[in-house]
Amino acid sequence: MSRLFPFHGGLKTVRHKAESHILPITAGPLPTRLVVPLRQHMGHAAKPIVQPGDRVLKGQVLGQADGFISAAIHAPTSGRVAAVDAQPVPHPSGLADWCVTLETDGEERWLAREPVPYRQLHPSALRNVLRNAGIVGLGGAVFPAAVKLNPAGHCERVDTLILNGAECEPWITCDDRLMRERAAAIVAGLEVMAYLLEPRTVLIGIEDDKPEAIAAMTAACAGTGYLVRPVPTRYPSGSAKQLILLLTGREIPEQGLPLDIGIQCFNVATAYSVQRAIHHGEPVLSRIVTVTGQVRQPRNLEVLLGTSFAELIAQCGGYREGVERLIMGGPMMGFALHSDAVPVTKATNCILAVSAAELAPEQPVLPCIRCGACVDVCPSQLLPQQLYWFARAQEFDKARAHHLFSCIECGCCSVVCPSRLPLVQYYRYAKNEIWAREQEKEKAELARQRHQARLERLEREKQEREAKLRQKAPRPAAVVAEAPQREA
Amino acid sequence: MLEAIMGLGALAGASGLLLGFAAIRFKVEGDPLVEKIDAVLPQTQCGQCGFAGCRPYAEAIAAGEADINLCPPGGANGIAALADLLGCEAKPLNAEKGAEKPRMLAIIDEQNCIGCTLCIQACPVDAILGAAKHMHTVITRECTGCELCVAPCPVDCIQMTSIAETITTWKWRYPGAVERAAA
Repeated sequence: MSRLFPFHGGLKTVRHKAESHILPITAGPLPTRLVVPLRQHMGHAAKPIVQPGDRVLKGQVLGQADGFISAAIHAPTSGRVAAVDAQPVPHPSGLADWCVTLETDGEERWLAREPVPYRQLHPSALRNVLRNAGIVGLGGAVFPAAVKLNPAGHCERVDTLILNGAECEPWITCDDRLMRERAAAIVAGLEVMAYLLEPRTVLIGIEDDKPEAIAAMTAACAGTGYLVRPVPTRYPSGSAKQLILLLTGREIPEQGLPLDIGIQCFNVATAYSVQRAIHHGEPVLSRIVTVTGQVRQPRNLEVLLGTSFAELIAQCGGYREGVERLIMGGPMMGFALHSDAVPVTKATNCILAVSAAELAPEQPVLPCIRCGACVDVCPSQLLPQQLYWFARAQEFDKARAHHLFSCIECGCCSVVCPSRLPLVQYYRYAKNEIWAREQEKEKAELARQRHQARLERLEREKQEREAKLRQKAPRPAAVVAEAPQREA
Repeated sequence: MLEAIMGLGALAGASGLLLGFAAIRFKVEGDPLVEKIDAVLPQTQCGQCGFAGCRPYAEAIAAGEADINLCPPGGANGIAALADLLGCEAKPLNAEKGAEKPRMLAIIDEQNCIGCTLCIQACPVDAILGAAKHMHTVITRECTGCELCVAPCPVDCIQMTSIAETITTWKWRYPGAVERAAA
């Protein structure tokens, strides 16, 4: 059972963990202003239930989950609601989105919080507790956890629950520090997840470059039957698909979910937030963020959601000379920000300041020479160069037929490309374009149906009018018909 | 000789019966080609092509009475899809019918609306809500941007506005520019 099943391709990246993983997790600042986005998760944005001027307590709901795939948003500290409007958020577009702006009062007055006796709750009620506590996947994908904790309709029985502590991005260390310092709490959260999913086995995957985390987690798991499984340090072992393959040897079907094959996978930070919600009655109000790269003192901070990136940079001693770009997430899968005046969200695992010297020197992009280096590293076993040609020529049907949607956008192909082609950008573009066209098709179908309904209605109304006219018209005819009778 | 004639005659008769039966049993309702063309058209129902909606235009194309380049909302992509479907060459949009432009959204200035219902009657997809002498408004989700409501309004209170990009509709751009700029 301790066998590993290496995935295809992947990269040995240059590690930059040491910059930030030495110092313990420190509490972030308590800013005077917090900008809390209402969309911090996949699915529908939360529906705001506060108004400017309202006083809120720490942990009070600001926005309710709206729809099945959604999660609640809470006040990270006590204060007054200053505005509910569109503010810049961390997003590759640099566009604004709906946020609740809080003026904090510095008192940190809590809403009443109580532990949840989860073993007495029906699974559905427990999932609702997690949904209302705003629990989402904190590995970066921010998918609502309550949805993932419901195996109904996917499989008879959950075989394996996997806790993802691989953390394969070269600069990020927030999960590493969390596992070292709060292993017992992570395991307590994992127990709640295991209670809901009832898996046969529980595995914890951690890359073997984190011996302290492995030791801490192994100690915390003593007596639980959960197995800590060190995995080789190879990017992207922290991708759910790759970690599942690595630990179980099983692959997820192309259009399917891990639950379809009886497996579920969560990030360690998600398990920790479940523990806070269940054992302490605290919703997700903060997260651990790695602030690293070209800042004076790289470290991990436990930050209130809504804190501006600029304040975190300031707490880490400010930028070093020559910072050219700010990236949210790692260098492999993260995206460049338009400004540091954006708030931390549940998806912000890392803020990376990059200097001009570190950025790939501006060498010209050359034509694809079909060397196949990208094929060798693709962990999804796709044909990246072929997908590139199709995306470039906007032949989306062909890109789809070549499994574009199995691409996890890990960036391995872009890194090894000798022509420095922006391959992942092409795949993102093609995926977006395909989704947009599908939506347009749906909209056109709706318009067609409405037009059809309107034509039918007009036709019906016309016939009704004619019928009425005919009803009126026979009267003189009847008189004529009656007249001869009278004569007779 | 006679055997051969009778044999062939019987064969022809049997085939005829079989074909006659198949024609009735497997009769195709409507013209499948019209359906396919209609599915490619953008369903704006704007009538810029000169027909009374997307389906009449689809019928005209199927009958060979109309060209494939008369639909401005469909644009170059739409013409390419039609050419693909019909196995003919794509051609540039017929400039007489209008120019290709991004989809718009009708907005009624509710302060100035007098509740005349003329726009409601003009809307091909019932996307305007209101009643006589009551304020009207556009159901944005249903509006196809056909502009047919603009002209009938006696107080000119309907405006076509461009649809702003939001976080949910934002798309990654085509990276070709990066490639060309660097090359």
